[in-house]
Amino acid sequence: MQIQVKKFYYGDIPDSGSGSAPSAKQVNPSEEWPLWEVFIRSKQGLDHKHAGSLHAADAEMAIENARDVYTRRQEGISIWVVESKYIHASKPEESGMLYDPAEDKIYRHPTFYDLPDAVKHM
Amino acid sequence: MSVHELEKLFQDKIDQEIKIEPRDWMPEAYRKTNLRQISQHAHSEIVGMLPEGNWIGRAPSLKRKAILLAKVQDEGGHGLYLYSAAETLGFSRDQMIEDLHSGKAKYSSIFNYPSLTWADMGAIGWLVDGAAILNQVMLCRTSYGPYARAMVRICKEESFHQRQGFEILLVLSRGTEAQKAMCQDAINRWWWPSLMMFGPKDSESTNSDQSMKWKIKRKSNDELRQQFVDMIAEQVKVLGMTLPDPDLVWNESRKHYDFGEINWEEFWNVVKGNGPCNKQRLEARRKAHDNGAWVREAASAYAAKKAARRKTVAA
Repeated sequence: MQIQVKKFYYGDIPDSGSGSAPSAKQVNPSEEWPLWEVFIRSKQGLDHKHAGSLHAADAEMAIENARDVYTRRQEGISIWVVESKYIHASKPEESGMLYDPAEDKIYRHPTFYDLPDAVKHM
Repeated sequence: MSVHELEKLFQDKIDQEIKIEPRDWMPEAYRKTNLRQISQHAHSEIVGMLPEGNWIGRAPSLKRKAILLAKVQDEGGHGLYLYSAAETLGFSRDQMIEDLHSGKAKYSSIFNYPSLTWADMGAIGWLVDGAAILNQVMLCRTSYGPYARAMVRICKEESFHQRQGFEILLVLSRGTEAQKAMCQDAINRWWWPSLMMFGPKDSESTNSDQSMKWKIKRKSNDELRQQFVDMIAEQVKVLGMTLPDPDLVWNESRKHYDFGEINWEEFWNVVKGNGPCNKQRLEARRKAHDNGAWVREAASAYAAKKAARRKTVAA
């Protein structure tokens, strides 16, 4: 049997030569349930932290789905959900302009100051 | 900046072990490779629910039923983490599902084998999840941030899967003669397909390996497979069972187990859709999706009604 051998990893089967159906129906993404970002507080006293995202028809369902998807092992005691389209993010290409100015200001860190050992509790 | 310069900056980041995030510039081929790999991985989790779902109703005790139910629910969760990661590359969830159901997208061939006895639940947990874990532990350090984060979460949950599988077999291996025979039979049937999960031999690849250079993958198929064989060849002794490979023998000079040749014709046949359950798996997926359509529509309609009502109250 003549087979075309290509690198194929678990979870990475090439489309060519693997018997894939050539074309599929195009789906209209606007008919999808909206995407929500999920934030979870793991315990009282800690911040909510981004856990991932999921699809849901509304906020109530997003919270219920987040409970099932992200807290099956008591990972959370409080959930926030925000529709992804309402998140605004800084641009990676602007990161130099935004964050470089802090680079040379090491005097903002306590370790910058050299004090004698005799000084306690500081 | 020219594409060439961007590509150099990109590779520099990879070489320095800086993760790539969704909004960062990336070569188109990197995006495509990740998208294909992550979505196939997600599909594997979802289709992987079927061979085990088959046994939930027939698990031998309430305890085993609860465990199996939790495990299958985990697989569903893992599929969702991965779909989310794939979506960050700019591809819609519904399209991914559509591509799975139309047969365009692939999933791991291992799930095209049938689960015939209760012992298969043990063998799947021990061997199939065991093989998947080796791959997934490596992927925790993959270069694409969302994929790596999903993997960390998955690995945390996955080790229970493997342990419960081994425990099922352990109980059977200490049982009656019939239970012992069932245990050995399941190992015999799942061993070779599990080895195939790691993909073709490294020597059969003529392409220079871009996935390694981009640190999507960090270990070769053969490396992972050898790691798996070495691990399982020892663990099987605890069960007092054997692996169905007459060539399996410890090689003192290599400090590894030697093992027999995999049936690659079978491997490619199953990949191409001619495995024992390919048709059945896709049909089950499509049926579940189609039968759930009215629920999805109802939820959308309900959400729209609630939103409209809120608007009226506000006005």
